[in-house]
Amino acid sequence: MKGVKCEVLTSSLVLGEAAHTGINTGDIVFQLVMFIVLMLLLKKFAWGPLMGIMDQRAQHVASEIDAAENSRKEAQKLLDEQRNLLKEARNEAQSLIENARKQGDIQREEIITTARSEAERLKESAKLEIEQQKEKAVVAIREQVAHLSVLVASKVIEKNLSAQDQDKLINDYIKEAGELR
Amino acid sequence: MHHENPIVTFLGLQFNLANVLMITVATVVVFLLAVLSTRTLAMKPTGMQNFMEWVMDFVKNIINSTMDWKDGGRFHVLGITIIMYIFVANMLGLPFSVVIDGELWWKSPTADPAITLTLATMIVGLSHYYGVKLKGTGAYAKEFLKPFWFMLPIKIIEEFANTLTLGLRLYGNIYAGEILLGLLAGSLATGVGGHLAAILPMLAWQGFSVFVGAIQAFIFTMLTMVYLSHKVASDH
Repeated sequence: MKGVKCEVLTSSLVLGEAAHTGINTGDIVFQLVMFIVLMLLLKKFAWGPLMGIMDQRAQHVASEIDAAENSRKEAQKLLDEQRNLLKEARNEAQSLIENARKQGDIQREEIITTARSEAERLKESAKLEIEQQKEKAVVAIREQVAHLSVLVASKVIEKNLSAQDQDKLINDYIKEAGELR
Repeated sequence: MHHENPIVTFLGLQFNLANVLMITVATVVVFLLAVLSTRTLAMKPTGMQNFMEWVMDFVKNIINSTMDWKDGGRFHVLGITIIMYIFVANMLGLPFSVVIDGELWWKSPTADPAITLTLATMIVGLSHYYGVKLKGTGAYAKEFLKPFWFMLPIKIIEEFANTLTLGLRLYGNIYAGEILLGLLAGSLATGVGGHLAAILPMLAWQGFSVFVGAIQAFIFTMLTMVYLSHKVASDH
């Protein structure tokens, strides 16, 4: 019993169970055909599409990287442009302020000059006016004096005054005239 | 631990119907897994698509570690199919085996030397085919005389040794795993105490077998690419 079991064990361990049945040629052919069929089917239905999508993804990633690189360059270009524009604007503003300041200075000078000349002119005309008024006044006084003289003369004649009185009268009138003036 | 095989002779060829069944199951599982997980492809991968892309990248790395992608790109589909198929085939025999009337029906297809050697022979055959196709017959033949002409017999033996080791390594690992699982389940688990005692080593060995199955799938794919690169690469 024990010997039989041992014999069975060894026989089944020697090159599998094929040892006493010959070579399974059918299995060999079947395995070969099945493997090749499996490989072709998988290539068509599984690995092919999978490889396709992986290639597609690789391309997608590559193109995305390119796009990112391009947009980064674009952004850099725009940034430089903006920076230049800003600098230009700043310079322009600076020059505008400078111009305005100069303009202001010039205008101030002008205003001052005109004001001064205006003042001068006004002063001149005032002087002229004064002079004219003075002339007028002198003329008027002269007329007045003449008139008074005539008046005094007539009064003297009327009263028939002494020489002393006459002198006094004239002096009085002259004084009067001086006070009037 | 010995089971008969359901052998049928058809058109002069011997078919082990258990192998036929299990090859079909493994093929269908791999096909459904691959097709269902790539049914809804998106630029932003989700769920199973991520897993499949990881497998593709994994195989791509294996190829890149042995040869130029310019030469090796054509083997990408072959590599993915091999690693998926062998992994699934290794896993099939792990959870249970089915024996009907003393005939073993459910097992790993890779626990049969005829099947692993078929795959190995296919790989080595492919390596020779691509060696001739890509380098020309002259350059292909000259490879056998390098580095010295008297290495020729060794080089020829190497080709057969490669085939045998590639196939038998896979077969041995998976078959041994199934034998031990069968022993644990069949011989140890007799009666309630035996069942309880068998749980822990069963769990441990099944876990280890998952690891071994994955490693063997990786090694098979790796060696496939190494053999192909030996024949295809212009210098190494």
